[in-house]
Amino acid sequence: MNTRETILTRIRTAVAQAPEVPEPARDYLPSHTPNNPQILLDLLAENLTDYRAIVHHTHEDNLPDLLNQLLSAHGSQTVLVPPGLPEHWLQASNAQQIEDSSTHTPHDLDTVDSVVTGCALAIAETGTLVLDASPDQGRRRITLIPDHHICIVRTPDQIIASLPQAMPRLDPTRPLTWISGPSATSDIELDRVEGVHGPRTLEVILLSATPQPGDQR
Amino acid sequence: MSGTYLGMPSFPVAAREAVNNPTLRANLRHATHTIRAKRAVAVAELADWALLREAGKQIKDRTLRHLDTLLVELEEKVTAAGGVVHWAADAEEANRIVTELVVATGEREVVKVKSMATQEIGLNEALEAAGIAAYETDLAELIVQLGQDRPSHILVPAIHRNRGEIRDIFATTMGEWGRPAPDDLTDSPAALAEAARLHLREKFLRAKVGISGANFMVAETGTLVVLESEGNGRMCLTLPETLISVVGIEKVIPSWRDLEVFLQTLPRSSTAERMNPYTSTWTGTTDSDGPKAFHLVLLDNGRTNTLADEVGRQALRCIRCSACLNVCPVYERAGGHAYGSVYPGPIGAILSPQLRGTQSDIDASLPYASSLCGACYEVCPVAIDIPEVLVHLREQVAEKGGKGHRLEKTAMKAAGWILNHPAALGAGERLASKTRKLHPHKVPGASAWTDSRDLPALPEQPFRDWWKKNRT
Repeated sequence: MNTRETILTRIRTAVAQAPEVPEPARDYLPSHTPNNPQILLDLLAENLTDYRAIVHHTHEDNLPDLLNQLLSAHGSQTVLVPPGLPEHWLQASNAQQIEDSSTHTPHDLDTVDSVVTGCALAIAETGTLVLDASPDQGRRRITLIPDHHICIVRTPDQIIASLPQAMPRLDPTRPLTWISGPSATSDIELDRVEGVHGPRTLEVILLSATPQPGDQR
Repeated sequence: MSGTYLGMPSFPVAAREAVNNPTLRANLRHATHTIRAKRAVAVAELADWALLREAGKQIKDRTLRHLDTLLVELEEKVTAAGGVVHWAADAEEANRIVTELVVATGEREVVKVKSMATQEIGLNEALEAAGIAAYETDLAELIVQLGQDRPSHILVPAIHRNRGEIRDIFATTMGEWGRPAPDDLTDSPAALAEAARLHLREKFLRAKVGISGANFMVAETGTLVVLESEGNGRMCLTLPETLISVVGIEKVIPSWRDLEVFLQTLPRSSTAERMNPYTSTWTGTTDSDGPKAFHLVLLDNGRTNTLADEVGRQALRCIRCSACLNVCPVYERAGGHAYGSVYPGPIGAILSPQLRGTQSDIDASLPYASSLCGACYEVCPVAIDIPEVLVHLREQVAEKGGKGHRLEKTAMKAAGWILNHPAALGAGERLASKTRKLHPHKVPGASAWTDSRDLPALPEQPFRDWWKKNRT
């Protein structure tokens, strides 16, 4: 008998006398937040900020200016761009755009200053961005190696209240990266330190189609 | 299991040494109290915590009941998505499979994501014996590896070290493994994290083989899930050309939807966060994104034996959050090393003796490494009744009749005779009352139990004499 069969046989023997277990009761809450776009937007911004992400609010027309401003403020000479990022988003920026390519080695990516991506969705209750490697987000490694990540969330469409509401909207056959704030560690006396191996600065732009009160230029 | 812990002293011996180390006690007390307070806040945010806990328990119980079909389904889905599935009955077989896979790539070094399963099987030592360097990339694991130390906590393996000790380890040993620490390294956590970042980045960028465990494996889709904070996990899971994941068979869950429960309960229970900074999921391989080759090694190593125990099998529900360690009064004082296992604390006290059997002194002593206060059960996000399993395992150890248990049996036999002979009992009680001033406060020369407990004070006269005098 090979190992596979041995293990499966051991399992069957072990649980042969065990009683049948019913389907799990899923009477937990589908969401902890009222389904109101403004409340979800505020909650997402609050939770992102709580985990030291830097949050900006803007609308479509102002996005190129804001991106230029953020890249300049960070002193970025180069910016990594996934293949499907809308072209006009970076039209106001002077930073040299580097298109993601499979020929780039990890060392090449390590020399790039910033990366700009979209996302698949954002979860308000946990302050989480989910990237699913769609064309506007690119390969998983491009949001990992550069030290500065700017992620754009389209509001209100891409903001989901809770984990139970997010799961059915995500495709498990795609590689997913869930990001809640910048890279962090608490391994030394449980003091939280931001920025270990991933980007040390995470900026999130909450983008609406039309101007909103509180938008940044 | 790993040969590292052979010959470990039993828990009471190791614990006595640990409680006499004031630095260790201070480090542990600070860390466990900090995290347990934060956890309580994070859990209180969710009004439906009790329901999520119950759902997590039920999902895991159903998983264990149908483990065979779920593993077969998982294997099918992983294979269809471009992965290769291997089965390992024990540590030796798992180590052999992984070593052969690494050798086949022609590489002599691997980067590792923190993984309890690979620690359990002693993979690093096995790779080293085959001439392959395994670099731990989690900051705490790096501290442990550079310090030639052993992990002492499931989540924060270097919890027993303070910042000064970590600075000294980095300053003296980083250079032997790669990029040295900067000359002016201070003991601030930010400076230490930065030193680790620079030291490890050179390894991440050149690594061709990554090795990981997984927090969950979804049978329905063949998806593996890793939760982490630092980004070292993402580095190891996406940059190398070959990824090898070693995962205990109990880590499978039936459906994608089940993650909505555990992604709510695991981060809050372990790091006391709403969500950990990074979670990666992958299903087989993806064209031009991440590793070209993916191997999944499914590990038994005592899990099917544990599954066969009606009471003890609930330990396999464990999602390795470590909340039980942080609330345990015994762990807080004895530290993780005293448990002589990669799984310390209350969960280790029930998991290790079940995975390894209770033949050794250390494993036979672990079910006693508890005051049965029940705090571990209260915080467990999958409701493992650890005290129940501890008592169950004590019974098994007692049945095997070690030295202490033979004395106990003799004492019980004598007590049985006395209780069956009322005259003798009455005479004994009267004698005990009359001589009560002469009695010691503790039973001399007895076991660890009586050493730490005072005898109850005897009344001036036996109750039956008092009754006869006052009521008849």
